[in-house]
Amino acid sequence: MKAGTKFALGAAVIVAGVALLIATGVKQTGVYFLTPTELLQRTDKDPTFHEVGLKVGAKVVPGSIRRDASTQTVDFKVSDGSSQFPVTYTGLVPDTFTDANDIEVILEGKLGRDGVFHATEVLAKCGSRYDAEIQKIKKTA
Amino acid sequence: MTFLGEFALWAAFLVGIWTAVTAFSGRWRDRPAVALAVRRAPIALTIVLWAAAIALWQGLFTHDFNIEYVYAYTSRNLPTYFLISAFWAGQKGSLLFWALVLSMFGALVQAMTSRRHEELLPYVAGVTSGVIVFFVAVMLFSGSNPFERLPFTPPDGRGLNPQLQHPGMVFHPPLLYLGYISLTIPFAFAVAALLARRLESGWIQAMRKWALLSWTFLSVGITLGMWWAYLELGWGGYWAWDPVENASLLPWLVNTAFLHSVMIQEKRGMLKRWNMGLVIGAFLLSIFGTFITRSGVIASVHSFTQSGVGYFFLGFLVVLAVLSFTLLYTRWPELEPDAQLEALVSRESAFLFNNLLLVGIAFSVLWGTLFPILSEAVRGTKITVGPPFFNRVNVPLGILLLALTGIGPLIAWRKASIANVRRQFVVPAITALVTLGALFGAGLRNGYSLIALSMAAFVLGTVAQEFWRGVRARGRLYGESVPVALGQLVGRNRRRYGGYIVHVGIVVYFVAFVGAAFRTTQQVTLRPGESVAVKSPFGSTYNLSFLGVSQYQALNRVASAASLDVTRDGKKLGVIKSEKRQYMDSFGRPTFQPSTEVGLLGGVREDLYVVYAGSVDGSERSSFTVHVNPLVWWIWFGGLILVVGGLITMWPGGWQAAPVTRLAPARESVEVPA
Repeated sequence: MKAGTKFALGAAVIVAGVALLIATGVKQTGVYFLTPTELLQRTDKDPTFHEVGLKVGAKVVPGSIRRDASTQTVDFKVSDGSSQFPVTYTGLVPDTFTDANDIEVILEGKLGRDGVFHATEVLAKCGSRYDAEIQKIKKTA
Repeated sequence: MTFLGEFALWAAFLVGIWTAVTAFSGRWRDRPAVALAVRRAPIALTIVLWAAAIALWQGLFTHDFNIEYVYAYTSRNLPTYFLISAFWAGQKGSLLFWALVLSMFGALVQAMTSRRHEELLPYVAGVTSGVIVFFVAVMLFSGSNPFERLPFTPPDGRGLNPQLQHPGMVFHPPLLYLGYISLTIPFAFAVAALLARRLESGWIQAMRKWALLSWTFLSVGITLGMWWAYLELGWGGYWAWDPVENASLLPWLVNTAFLHSVMIQEKRGMLKRWNMGLVIGAFLLSIFGTFITRSGVIASVHSFTQSGVGYFFLGFLVVLAVLSFTLLYTRWPELEPDAQLEALVSRESAFLFNNLLLVGIAFSVLWGTLFPILSEAVRGTKITVGPPFFNRVNVPLGILLLALTGIGPLIAWRKASIANVRRQFVVPAITALVTLGALFGAGLRNGYSLIALSMAAFVLGTVAQEFWRGVRARGRLYGESVPVALGQLVGRNRRRYGGYIVHVGIVVYFVAFVGAAFRTTQQVTLRPGESVAVKSPFGSTYNLSFLGVSQYQALNRVASAASLDVTRDGKKLGVIKSEKRQYMDSFGRPTFQPSTEVGLLGGVREDLYVVYAGSVDGSERSSFTVHVNPLVWWIWFGGLILVVGGLITMWPGGWQAAPVTRLAPARESVEVPA
């Protein structure tokens, strides 16, 4: 066998290996990324969806955050404009997580049968607050 | 001054267009004066863009809050050095920074490239100017003009995001940008070589230092990014496989692949098409990274403000990809390899497998990053993958790559004989086995960790053997003492031995990655005087006793600092302090949400990482998250080694110093480095 052919075989093994790792990786670790509306629709249709760990992208309802420092628990509500549900989380929330307007969060966890989303992770990002403020300045002037 | 700034942007826009059009139309070919003008245009671009940059810095330093950018990112009480870095704190400024740096690189490459490659230089000027035009156009036409003014002047600015008020942030973005931006130069040479049909190795000689420069900047930029994330984001780690982090890793991986495969082209005239593809790919990935960062198409915690700018980048990316790959396709027949692979066990084939793995890792990272978009497009539902996916895929690939890092330098070019293999592998293999035994004996039972650390030892064995043989050979031949021989060896073969030093740096990173698997986390609530015991993965016990919370005021913030007294196995270690800070503007009005400063006490073995989560309802009862992070120090140490290795490979001169290996392709005996 020529060296080139042998190499091609080795390369095929590597390529197939990478493809296999990616495919099984996606299958075993991939999680849904839904909006609150999509999530509620799915759990309505199929109650077993309450058991599925997934991610939700939504905005924090202003003024809904309740913090309990002694247990490091945070309760709040999230919404996408049309649907909303309460969330509970134990752990540290990032500094960007506040009651201010338009704070976008990415939650990871399960929407329990009690209607509360039990988050195992909360990521927050400050939305376009500063842009919005600047737009306001421009308009008022 | 903003008038000057705007004017300068327009000047850059027009000069850039003229340069690109003239360069690509080829109208300079028979007109030396025009060719010279094209080659000097990057200097003009540098001058006007510096004028724009000075105008922006002037606005920042004089607190001209009438300029929206100055209002949005600074305040009167911001420490001066952050006024410098505020330049690239926001999108608009970073676009200007990008254009400015590229113009300087563009001018430098014209000045520093040997006259032998003169024919390529007008095209290179065309590419760099074209890319600058794009960045300037984004500023001028997409609402990202850093000189935009507000209808009135606010008394003070919004201040700089607290997370950016950190020395890591002063250096991390510019260094990463320098890495991204310098990738334009290899790309420009690739395009120039294709256009000029000068496809022999000349263009590679002309650009390879730029590829190394870019690699070094990217490495440092990424490592500083990890440092910043570790200290500022407060989740206890330094790498989260966030899209923005991945975006910086992609060009690094592809550039790393290129730096290896280019050696095959130089020595054997193979892989010409592949190398072109890698150079183009690395550059496109740097633009892709900018698109990901700025557009918000993929949810990321780090994203800049979402804006339409991203779509400018997407358009630019598509246009560049189509143009450059079409160009490559039209020159395909001229890129025939000069030689074929001769044996499976050869340096060439080790490099080829290394390339496949690097590109495979890059592909999996790209795939995972884009998966939410892909799955939504194909199946109508967004599915995301996170750290578990990236670790699952990349841990085995990474270990395989580490193994090749050790194997590659041991195998002869062209065809390795059995004797060669035996002679080269004995010492490194024994090193690996001894390490494996020692770790197993010490009680380590984690499979991946055992393999990774043994492979790390294998690579170190390889490098040590290479250095030792070189030094011994010089000692025999020239009678040099060990330190002299070592200095001569490295000094005269900078690329090779600098490369080995980089390998050592990579090994050190892997040691840190192994440590990351053993992180521990616990949450505690303490009253002053109370204490908690924390077990470390290395078996020692930390005792943290809470001293209390104190308030203090600094230049632009008020802070509550929680202090804990720390002992390890009964021995006093020191006081660890974590803070909650509220930043304010000069009128004492709060800017931004409160931010957290982590408390860190650490060293070679592990870091004790404490985050003050807040106090319970005004009492002094406070809660903390305590992480023990093993071996994180090794990341920073590895970064230092990478820089040293990178600098050695790039050091001016000594570039033609590989003839010995060329003369002795199938080396069996010790090669005597000149």
